[in-house]
Amino acid sequence: MESRVHVVGLGVISAIGKTVDETLTSFENHRHGLGPLSLFDSVHRQLPVGEVKISNTQLANELAIKGSFNRTTLLGIYAARHALNSVKLSLPWRRGILSGTTVGGMDRSEKFFSQYVAGADADFSLVKDHECGSVTERIAEDLGATDHISTINTACSSSVNSIIYASRLIKQGYLDVAIAGGVDSLTKFTLNGFNSLMILDKELCKPFDADRNGLNLGEGAGFLVLVSDQVLRDEALNSLCTISGYGNTNDAFHQTASSEDGRGSFLAMESALRSSRLKPSQIDYINLHGTGTKNNDSSEGVAVQRLFGDIVPLASSTKSFTGHTLGASGGIEAVFSVMSLVHGCVFPNLRFQSKMAEVNFSPIREFKNALNVRHVMSNSFGFGGNCSSIIFSR
Amino acid sequence: MSELKVKIIDALNLKHLKPEDIGDDQPLFVHGLGLDSIDALELIVLLQQNYNIKITDPQEGPKIFKSVKTMAEYIRSHQPA
Amino acid sequence: MTYINGIASISPQHSFGNNPLDGIVSSLSRKFECIEPDYSPWIDPRAIRRMSKIIRTGVAAAALALKEAGIEKPDAIVTGTGLGCITDTTQFLTRLIQNKEEALNPTPFIQSTHNTVASQIALLLQCFGYNQTYSQRGFSFENALHDAMMLLEEKSAQNVLIGGIDEVTDVTVKIFDRFGFSKAVHGEGAAFFVLSDAPMNAWAEIAGMRTIYKPKESTQVTSQLKDLLEAAETRMEDIDLILLGSDDDQTRNSIINKMNVPFSPPTYSFKELCGEYSTASSFALWLGVMAIKKGFFPNRPQPEQVKKVLIYNPYFNQHHSLILLKAC
Repeated sequence: MESRVHVVGLGVISAIGKTVDETLTSFENHRHGLGPLSLFDSVHRQLPVGEVKISNTQLANELAIKGSFNRTTLLGIYAARHALNSVKLSLPWRRGILSGTTVGGMDRSEKFFSQYVAGADADFSLVKDHECGSVTERIAEDLGATDHISTINTACSSSVNSIIYASRLIKQGYLDVAIAGGVDSLTKFTLNGFNSLMILDKELCKPFDADRNGLNLGEGAGFLVLVSDQVLRDEALNSLCTISGYGNTNDAFHQTASSEDGRGSFLAMESALRSSRLKPSQIDYINLHGTGTKNNDSSEGVAVQRLFGDIVPLASSTKSFTGHTLGASGGIEAVFSVMSLVHGCVFPNLRFQSKMAEVNFSPIREFKNALNVRHVMSNSFGFGGNCSSIIFSR
Repeated sequence: MSELKVKIIDALNLKHLKPEDIGDDQPLFVHGLGLDSIDALELIVLLQQNYNIKITDPQEGPKIFKSVKTMAEYIRSHQPA
Repeated sequence: MTYINGIASISPQHSFGNNPLDGIVSSLSRKFECIEPDYSPWIDPRAIRRMSKIIRTGVAAAALALKEAGIEKPDAIVTGTGLGCITDTTQFLTRLIQNKEEALNPTPFIQSTHNTVASQIALLLQCFGYNQTYSQRGFSFENALHDAMMLLEEKSAQNVLIGGIDEVTDVTVKIFDRFGFSKAVHGEGAAFFVLSDAPMNAWAEIAGMRTIYKPKESTQVTSQLKDLLEAAETRMEDIDLILLGSDDDQTRNSIINKMNVPFSPPTYSFKELCGEYSTASSFALWLGVMAIKKGFFPNRPQPEQVKKVLIYNPYFNQHHSLILLKAC
């Protein structure tokens, strides 16, 4: 019989906090983490971004790490260690790490390229961990979780896909303990990339608002510790929630744009519901992908409306707090989803003022707790039409 | 306009086309040449790189890039002195 | 059971067309590039104009594999790539630096994400199913393969299209050289397969796979090999051909000798044909199926019949993978 997949540990670092507790406090106080760019120099420094307010040096010191690592690795180790350290494991289980990332070590690689293009004597050590897979290996080695190492890169749905794959490995008996989630750091590459697509908001983003103008980029890491029934039992762990359903589909519409009817998003959410055997009416909260772009929010909104009909659950985009953390967004928002279940709360969608014309629902504007939250759905949709949705249940 | 067509073909990598294959009034998007939203962004970059014209609102794109003729007119009226 | 119902490879060899591997190509430089087909049967000129080599080769190899399998649309698409779309990535980065962040063309950025090949395939086929891309260095293809095998096991899919793709550039050669791999010939390629839970017209099945990350001793590899063979009810002496991802005698001997077999099965260093790259094991898988299918073998004494192939790829001695193939 297939094992259930239990979430027993969480770790998150983003623009709104470096721990789960700090993050919750930020949500309670409606305190977002968006502001001016300070991590590196750029002509686009006026664009609001969601930086983790810690330098690489501070991260390395806090982690007592020897050796020189790129920012993505440092953020990843930070959140993954927090997650794993919150769980007491004494037996020799098969442990693996599944991480989603889009930039890998680009924060250092772009420095290398500046030197390389200028014809200067470029420092090749900067590209030592450029590959997405290298970042995950550094995290795996730090945690001692090398029985299985996978890195998924499906753009903005990367870390949800990591969590889904980890769940499947546990269910099929290939792994006992999985640290699953993702990480991405802010880079000049992605800032300029999204700027060239003209989808960055010059002001603070307004997801799901009729007058929204684009997204703000963010960075961070979010990891869950997932275990099988057997590990839960033998280690007498507390199950925070289970992963009850998921869906991974492709919109197959365009390289960057989502279809107007949100068919990929719809199929992903529907697939998640089907695999969880839940009815739409049982979902208590949706953590929307909600980037703040005209295209995503419209497409996702239409899909949500179609799936949930007249009774759309409480929904919000936490990217209004953290910015769009790209490959890390699924992992970070998975942590938020579990927090919602554990604390019986839902998070506000900041700066929302007017409903989009395409839909009949509005996201929630206030932090609310003392709710009976039993099932949370989290959406992540990326470039290349990669659409994923996951449901956590308590 | 012929020069503009050469630039368009180059910017959008339309290797299978020659300037004379693109009509002055031919719709560039949806029908006609069948270009898409990425091409629209590339044309915005073309205007900036070649004519020093900066478009900050991508929503203006459909009007400006309707055809080679509308593009040429826009360039004529907006090119900095 | 994982049956291989369709295969295709675009590589530095003549690996597509009617007479694959007819006339072996040797590498003339450190950069061993693909021989590319005429793409017009599979890719529209309006689509191909944006595609860098990794995307063109991936899309074409996928189309060829599906055609051979007689499948129009797979249930799932899973790819593995070590460096992703590195040409587009470096192009965007270079322009960013040269233009000082002004007036940047968006196309190379859009095409630079690792999942571009898998998504382009989905787009062209209008395939809404499961779509995944792994980037795990020397295990990128193995991750994709494992995921696909699980999808079939879970009965979530009946036909899964998987592929391993990477491209070589001047910059990647320079970088790998600096990290101590200056003797290697750097290659590239796209190898795609249709894996199914039913044999259909399959020539071969995947009888098992094992991966070993940074083994401290070779016994860790041989113990996994023993495990793999036992699970597949196969003895080492039954192996007709070993495709080895190393031309190093020591590597070959360390695994063969420890298996205590009375003779060593014929081995062939497949990287002579494809060069070194993260997903080279996907080329080896194609070559293994070709060996079973055609019973032939380039530049080596031909075994009479190839029924069992073992692929062993010790990628830079960090990512060791073992794949066992059996004829159907």
